[in-house]
Amino acid sequence: MQPDHHEIELTVNGTHYRRTVESRLLLCDFLRHELGLAGTHVGCEHGVCGACTILLDGDPVRSCLMLAVQANGHTLATVEGLAPAGGELHPLQQAMHAHHGLQCGYCTPGILMTMTAYLTEHPSPSEDEVREALSGNLCRCTGYQNIVDAMMDAAARMREAP
Amino acid sequence: MKPASFKYVAASSLDHALALKAEHGDEARFLAGGQSLIPAMNFRLARPSVLVDINALTGLAGIDHSETGQVRVGALTRYRALERDRDFLTSCPLFADALPHIAHPQIRNRGTIGGNLSHADPASELPALAVAMQADMRIRSAAGGRTVAASDFFAGLLTTDLASDEMLVDITFPVLAPRSGACFMEIARRRGDFAIAGAAAIVTLDEERRCTSVRLALCGVGETPVDASAATSLMIGSRVTGEAIDAVAAGVRELIAPSGNVHASPDYQRHVAGVLVQRAIRTAHQRISHAA
Ligand SMILES: Cc1cc2nc3c(=O)[nH]c(=O)nc-3n(C[C@H](O)[C@H](O)[C@H](O)COP(=O)(O)OP(=O)(O)OC[C@H]3O[C@@H](n4cnc5c(N)ncnc54)[C@H](O)[C@@H]3O)c2cc1C
Ligand code: FES
Ligand code: FES
Repeated sequence: MQPDHHEIELTVNGTHYRRTVESRLLLCDFLRHELGLAGTHVGCEHGVCGACTILLDGDPVRSCLMLAVQANGHTLATVEGLAPAGGELHPLQQAMHAHHGLQCGYCTPGILMTMTAYLTEHPSPSEDEVREALSGNLCRCTGYQNIVDAMMDAAARMREAP
Repeated sequence: MKPASFKYVAASSLDHALALKAEHGDEARFLAGGQSLIPAMNFRLARPSVLVDINALTGLAGIDHSETGQVRVGALTRYRALERDRDFLTSCPLFADALPHIAHPQIRNRGTIGGNLSHADPASELPALAVAMQADMRIRSAAGGRTVAASDFFAGLLTTDLASDEMLVDITFPVLAPRSGACFMEIARRRGDFAIAGAAAIVTLDEERRCTSVRLALCGVGETPVDASAATSLMIGSRVTGEAIDAVAAGVRELIAPSGNVHASPDYQRHVAGVLVQRAIRTAHQRISHAA
């Protein structure tokens, strides 16, 4: 079959892009290989692990379960946009750092993108609610406890932030 | 893995989408939330040659409460929109129980009710809900339209009554009747996994609190959702008792023939299904407000 190409326009972390993509290109691979935003990780390619989670128009979604062509006209956020280059880390990143919420770091971008959206919508979650919100992000290193601690701390930091 | 090559078309109208499906038949697939189709394409279990993206057809999404006694839900309505519509969850309380069990928030942000029902995974919650609630499925093709009862829609494993040129366009759910209570429960290995077994129950009483109807459907224990309402006939005409509920559970264990999977043997599934039936009927009964 002839490769099927489409022109797309989208905004990622505030930057506008126009590219031509093959229809079978997954959004995660577009971000990584076409835009060089390799902070979005790819683990399973079937929606289970959560490493590829990004924000699509503000909502966390699996970028391995969308085609790049489907992002046409949309606004995306990836882990690279959380903190300005050279600037202070996002409160969620600071809390993950302080509580050792990562070891290899493979799961971390997906967790950060899932939880920034979650904590913005739920500023004062219980620990149980945080665990449930994290249920779609697998981590094979930490055993989750430090991530949960980091999220509780991050929620407090984000409540205090102006 | 990555999907095999295909031609992508973003449908610009319902007629456009239906015309493409009429032209390409089984070679073409509608792309709704993509949360079942894209994984299948990544694994090359599905290799459509034409992908008809219906996500821009906003007319297919939405929850219509305007008709009394029923709620009409557009096929492209995402789980997230259902979870956030309080009126919908009040009218159709089985959804309030079931939606949090479907995958994870990231997947519920994309997945659609129409994609779920058309995919017809027997372990999925929503086909069982549609059967328990006696929903009507409205179907369209370029040639016309028809309406099919949920009980006739699910034809087999991952198979529906939809012909190769047809689209599910909306689903009509009757709202919970007066003096009724509903409950859905399931058991899964981990949060968000497909169910090992699940049970949806709707219990309706008369003014003397005698049972006039019980709707009961199960997921995960057959090739389609299982309508087990017939097993509740012994409850009709009497007040709800623990003995009657136990007898229904025993009847359901007889009725179903689960095939087992890596997480559960058929015997375990049968056992769990019975326990869930007991708990779901009991809870549905408890939820019937005396005021109503
Ligand atoms: C990690 C993970 C966990 C999951 N866990 C669960 C779970 O616990 N329970 C559960 O129920 N589901 C689960 N799912 C599946 C999810 O609910 C899917 O969203 C759903 O099964 C399909 O809906 P969709 O809108 O994404 O459809 P798509 O993937 O876009 O389409 C599915 C199929 O239906 C067809 N189709 C779509 N819309 C229509 C239409 N309107 N008319 C006719 N045909 C149509 C498509 O062509 C395709 O063949 C899970 C998915 C993932 C990735
Ligand atoms: S790579 Fe997308 S969920 Fe695992
Ligand atoms: S830190 Fe290694 S997978 Fe989470």
